[in-house]
Amino acid sequence: MIPELGEFALILALVLAALQGFFGIAGPAFKRERWTAAVTPAVAGQFVMVATSMGCLMTSFIDNDFSVRYVVENSNSALPVFYRIAGVWGAHAGSLLLWIFLLGAWTVAAAFGTSKLPREFAARVLGVLGVISFGFLLYTLTTSNPFIRLDPPWPDGQGLNPILQDPGLAAHPPVLYTGYVGLAVAFAFAGAALLEGRLDREWARWTRPWTTAAWAFLTCGITLGSWWAYYTLGWGGFWFWDPVENASLMPWLMATALIHSLAVTEKRGLFKSWTLLLAVLGFSLSLLGTFLVRSGVLISVHSFAVSPSRGEFILTFLVIMIGAALALYAWRAPQLKSEAGFELTARESFLLFNNILLVTACGTVFVGEIAPIIYTALGFGKLSVGPPYFNPTFLLSMLPLLALVSLGVHSRWKRGGFGDRGKTLLLTFAAAAVIGCGVMFGVFTGGGVLAAVGMTLGVWIVLSSLVDPIIRLRRRITIPRSVLGMTLAHIGLGIFVFSLTAVQGFTTEHDVAMPIGGVTQAGAYTFQFEGVNRLQGSDYGGVSATMLVTRHGQPVAVMHPEKRNYWVQHIVTTHSAIDMFDGSNILVALGQDLGDGRWSLRIQVRPLVTYMWIAALIMAAGGMLAISDRRYRIAQETAEEPAAAAAQGKA
Amino acid sequence: MNRYLIPLAVFALVVVVFAIGIAEAPRKDLVPSPLIGKEVPNFSLPSLTDPTQEVSSKQLLGHWYLFNVWGTWCVSCRMEHPELLQIARSGAVPIIGLDWKDSRAEALAFLKKEGDPYQRIAVDRKGNEAIRWGVYGAPETFVVNPEGIIVYKYIGPITPQAWVQNILPHLPAAQTASAGS
Repeated sequence: MIPELGEFALILALVLAALQGFFGIAGPAFKRERWTAAVTPAVAGQFVMVATSMGCLMTSFIDNDFSVRYVVENSNSALPVFYRIAGVWGAHAGSLLLWIFLLGAWTVAAAFGTSKLPREFAARVLGVLGVISFGFLLYTLTTSNPFIRLDPPWPDGQGLNPILQDPGLAAHPPVLYTGYVGLAVAFAFAGAALLEGRLDREWARWTRPWTTAAWAFLTCGITLGSWWAYYTLGWGGFWFWDPVENASLMPWLMATALIHSLAVTEKRGLFKSWTLLLAVLGFSLSLLGTFLVRSGVLISVHSFAVSPSRGEFILTFLVIMIGAALALYAWRAPQLKSEAGFELTARESFLLFNNILLVTACGTVFVGEIAPIIYTALGFGKLSVGPPYFNPTFLLSMLPLLALVSLGVHSRWKRGGFGDRGKTLLLTFAAAAVIGCGVMFGVFTGGGVLAAVGMTLGVWIVLSSLVDPIIRLRRRITIPRSVLGMTLAHIGLGIFVFSLTAVQGFTTEHDVAMPIGGVTQAGAYTFQFEGVNRLQGSDYGGVSATMLVTRHGQPVAVMHPEKRNYWVQHIVTTHSAIDMFDGSNILVALGQDLGDGRWSLRIQVRPLVTYMWIAALIMAAGGMLAISDRRYRIAQETAEEPAAAAAQGKA
Repeated sequence: MNRYLIPLAVFALVVVVFAIGIAEAPRKDLVPSPLIGKEVPNFSLPSLTDPTQEVSSKQLLGHWYLFNVWGTWCVSCRMEHPELLQIARSGAVPIIGLDWKDSRAEALAFLKKEGDPYQRIAVDRKGNEAIRWGVYGAPETFVVNPEGIIVYKYIGPITPQAWVQNILPHLPAAQTASAGS
């Protein structure tokens, strides 16, 4: 009964989404007040239905209803309840439902957020979101219905992919999807502006908090994924340039560019068409990510069970949504006029460079992503594009970008130059070079040019970001939260660059075969292999090793790397032991029993790796802090009068 | 030329690439395994019934067979067992078993009690062989041709319906004719 209820609710949601899309777009277009007014109830109704459907699927998982095929494929009665819930988004169909649920939640938030904006504009935003939701609901119902029953029911389920049985990974998809889907709101704002054919500085202010929020979630989601990959996949990597990772990185780069270009549009009324294009492309890339992951066009460790029919549907949907948006863009954008000019050294220029470099970085990732498809399409066979392509090309656009951060932050709007900040910039740069190289030679004993550049830039970004808040504090000028948020995000970036450089430049790694009682040395640490014990979990067995770690003769930790064997799926997973001392990250992974009393082990000492993830979270926190600025709320209220006057048709 | 049309043009190109990508993707409902169309992994494993004997990929060349990965611990394998017996009785195609991470005593007891559909059974105590076959979870069944090429992989228990609809179409007509199930 419950699965049928869930399916029925999903069908009702489809109908309501269609109404929401129609009323939202047709209402303002044909000046039908009643249609326009019907949008908000449709939003509410759709969300209630989607939430019901989500609740039904979750109930089927919690109740171990093995008559539902999706539950059989992704759960098992031996699983703890927590992971049975996570099983909802363990595979294709359920994760789509999660996608739709989150889109519904963003839409409800957008309905509240736009309630003070001109009515027609708000209706158009919600209408565009309705169209997106309709597409995904139709997709789910026709190709990927999670409520399909099995007859006869199975006695038990096949279990959740053990890789997903981890708190970090259970949280990774929802957070990442919240970011992906959040970009739909920015897209909808752009769509509404394009439909209206009007874009002013108010528009940029309305759009900014939504974009920043989506970006912050995206940042957290990618960080969670990377952190999880590091300590679960077991062999010490945190970024693999996997097609699915790239699919999340591309929208992130676009969203980062969009945040900066929105700032220019709001402050100076410039870059209007460019900003619109970025808003369209940001969400397009998250749709594209969905397509790439689920169509089977690319092979990836994240692969869902794929089918071409699913791919064809998403491709059609992509053509309709993105094609329409870009066609509308080609028609409307020429009418948007910039409101002023600017000098070469003005902040506008630096933000323009920021955008060009971010979009270039995104473009190089995109090329690497689709190159294998083109290669196969031309009949050359299979091609695999990996780190040898991505690392250098990405660095090529990222290095200049990082070098420009400090300059951009301290340049002046419009007339350009750095004013009295020029000296401060030089001073902070000199200090950064001294600290960066000092750390490099003092702590890590040596390193190349790239490491020196990375460390210096990282420190410089942090130091120069601190200048403005310190000056303001001294003069007792209050710092608005949006500025504080930006500063925090930049400091996060600086710490990120610094730690990433340390990790890339100064990691020591040993693959050793150790007898029980054996001792080995890595970096400043000594490792003593004490032995192995049997393990017994609720749905797995395995072995756990004991490794005593000492430094200068002082014991610092006892580490227990594990190898688990999941009975139900019969997958062996490696659970590395990870510990942190003085900012260094020590990883011990247990390999094979070599048979002669020895075990193969991998030992890595990675300096500062944990700070990399913390830094990414600081960036996200900066974004959240900026959103909480009062100007976004007050501005929306005061914005009503001029905008409404311009809109004229307001009741 | 309206420069604002450039994004649309680029997007059109990307769509063409993706459309070709989809057309090139395997024309099956699901993409079950990257091993399809490839040779079976080269193996030589002890036999379950007589550990002094070997079951190897070389011996199996020259005729069609099903390679069925199973274990007594696996509930779904027990579910498909009657169907495997049925296939064996029909003589449609020989079934080679891979007893996966199992105890020899339990496996032999199970086959004695329930019946033995397998022509030969290889033993994979540690599970290394299954990894080479890309096995995700038992039961999984591979259809292998006389040249030793994997032509199809079926995931999950074989039901009478799955046998007729999914597996039989991958076997040659001569085999199919004798398989009145």
